Amino acid sequence: MPAVATLPAWLQRSLIRWGVHPDDHKRPVADLPVERLPLPSRLFLPLQQHVGAPARPVVKIGDHVLKGQLLAESAANISAPVHASTSGRIVDITTYPAPHPSGLEQPVMVLEPDGKDRWIDTAPPADPFALPPTEVGRMVSAAGVVGMGGATFPSAVKLALGLRVQVEILIVNGGECEPYLSCDDRLMRDHAAGVVDGIRLALHAIGAQEARVGIENNKPEAIAAMQQAAAPFPEVRIMPVPAQYPMGSDKQLIQVLTGREVPFDGRAADAGVLVHNVGTCHAIHQAVRLGRPLVERLVTVSGGAVRRPRNVVAPIGATAQALFDYCDGLASAPARVIMGGPMMGNPLATTASPVIKGTSGLLALTQEEVGEGERAGPCIRCASCVSVCPMNLLPLEMAAHIRSDDPDGAFQLGLNDCIGCGCCSYVCPSAIPLSHYFSYAKGALAANERAKLKSESIKKLTTARLERQEREAREKAEAAARRKAEREAAKARAAAQANAATAKAATADVNA
Amino acid sequence: MLAAVASLTVLGAALGLGLGIAARRFHVEPEEIVAELEALLPGSQCGQCGYPGCAGAAQALADGKAPVTLCPPGGKGVAQALAEKLGVSADLSALGESVPMLASVREELCIGCTKCFKACPTDAIHGAVKQIHAVLKEACTGCAKCVDSCPTEAVGLVPVPATLTTWTWHKPGHA
Repeated sequence: MPAVATLPAWLQRSLIRWGVHPDDHKRPVADLPVERLPLPSRLFLPLQQHVGAPARPVVKIGDHVLKGQLLAESAANISAPVHASTSGRIVDITTYPAPHPSGLEQPVMVLEPDGKDRWIDTAPPADPFALPPTEVGRMVSAAGVVGMGGATFPSAVKLALGLRVQVEILIVNGGECEPYLSCDDRLMRDHAAGVVDGIRLALHAIGAQEARVGIENNKPEAIAAMQQAAAPFPEVRIMPVPAQYPMGSDKQLIQVLTGREVPFDGRAADAGVLVHNVGTCHAIHQAVRLGRPLVERLVTVSGGAVRRPRNVVAPIGATAQALFDYCDGLASAPARVIMGGPMMGNPLATTASPVIKGTSGLLALTQEEVGEGERAGPCIRCASCVSVCPMNLLPLEMAAHIRSDDPDGAFQLGLNDCIGCGCCSYVCPSAIPLSHYFSYAKGALAANERAKLKSESIKKLTTARLERQEREAREKAEAAARRKAEREAAKARAAAQANAATAKAATADVNA
Repeated sequence: MLAAVASLTVLGAALGLGLGIAARRFHVEPEEIVAELEALLPGSQCGQCGYPGCAGAAQALADGKAPVTLCPPGGKGVAQALAEKLGVSADLSALGESVPMLASVREELCIGCTKCFKACPTDAIHGAVKQIHAVLKEACTGCAKCVDSCPTEAVGLVPVPATLTTWTWHKPGHA
């Protein structure tokens, strides 16, 4: 299939045969100027804001830290460091509700700002393009940059992979297909030069020759700003794409921009491309040009329950509640609070949860917007879900397997390829919670996998224990045998000595 | 034609009347509780309880001949509903608790006797003589062997705590 984005605009739409087109609700928030959240009284910095191992703390309770100072270092190959979002004192290292649907607690550092917001000294390189690519990657890694579209995969790991397998094209994701969200739109409008610079730095870091920036055509201002910023750099191509959810999903964007398909069980790099979000590119620009780690981000605060929806620059670690309060609070009790977009975001158990590196939006949705209350009806086999599925799966069949407690059957039908976009649930006329079924089944399969690993390790432990017990019994028997032998030898020796002594005595007697 | 219609009509009316009278005359009042209990049972008529179908099981339940835990496919949920309906308290612990369990040592009761870690088939308990013992969560299978061996009842089973990595979405309710 050809790259749809290279074809005339009027043709593009008809060639995209997947996805849905929900009301985007992006304006007027997208057109309002960005505001900055005043420093809250406490910041809660989770040690895990990324995919991979949690970061390892390097400061103590009571330490005074500067903005951008390293608080916790990367703890494994796939991990990312955490930095102080402002200057202040570490008042606690404890657990705190994670921005997660479960509301379970996770380890955090609690930072009490001193109000000075003083940056740590930085020494950015004069010309990063003169540096070797690996050095740029190292700077990105040290700055704790992770995928800011929400996936939060450590960016430096991706850059290193791109360099190793020599990808040809860098795909820059400016799709922002989720309704309500406009933080990437705002970023491209306000900081197009920084984004383009970050894209060029990422190109340098992976040694690729071409970057394709996919931006949905419902953001004409962002497209214009990016085209202007990218005009001097022919290697950065701005490519408007049709506004069709889930255009911002990496696999779909790769296909539309390059015509390539990511293989089953494969990664973008297997298709010779690497995908970075526009926000990530901007963070790379900040990290390499200014030496500034990722300590703040643009968050769309929106939804029907928010009095004054805005795009807000918030320090990492500010609570969701602080952002809602800044936007004049909630007009009504929200039916659901979501971190991320309404289609793929996570419902929050509590608004006390902090903003993390992957938080693109905070939405307080009213009952009307959530539109629940309809009970799921039986499947009428209309196949609407099949026609919208961007991964060409059979959602109705998979859900039927899962309903009858057969997640393995769903796995056979390609459950692992499901990207969780929610298009199937969105179109289902019977209101069947299809994507909920898939989330459940993915969790159940992962739990099975964990149980399998555990039972294997348990088996090892049991055999090790049996071996040890046998060995111990053997050693005990051997030791007993040895002692017995020793005792007998000693007895024999003593007897011999006694004999000798009597013999000696006898000779002495004789001599006497 | 006319004769056929008329005869069939008369026949239908007569038979209908007969059936109607029979239904009234030989009516047997079903016990309300049995019908309600039957509604609570899965209705798959699998016979695993040993009674002829769910109706039979409901009758046995109503007569007090069967425990509320009689239905294997219904599991804990059905047993609970039945116990509520019948107003009896039932020991539901015998029904395979699906929550995975983990041994845990209550430190204030542990005397360091080492009996539990000798009993543990996976070496999941560590400690030494007169030292408080502890459980390695990764290695514990929740087999409860240690529980029986403890002379001070310091070892008990607790449900495995959910973490962010093990938490999963629940199954959606039936459509």
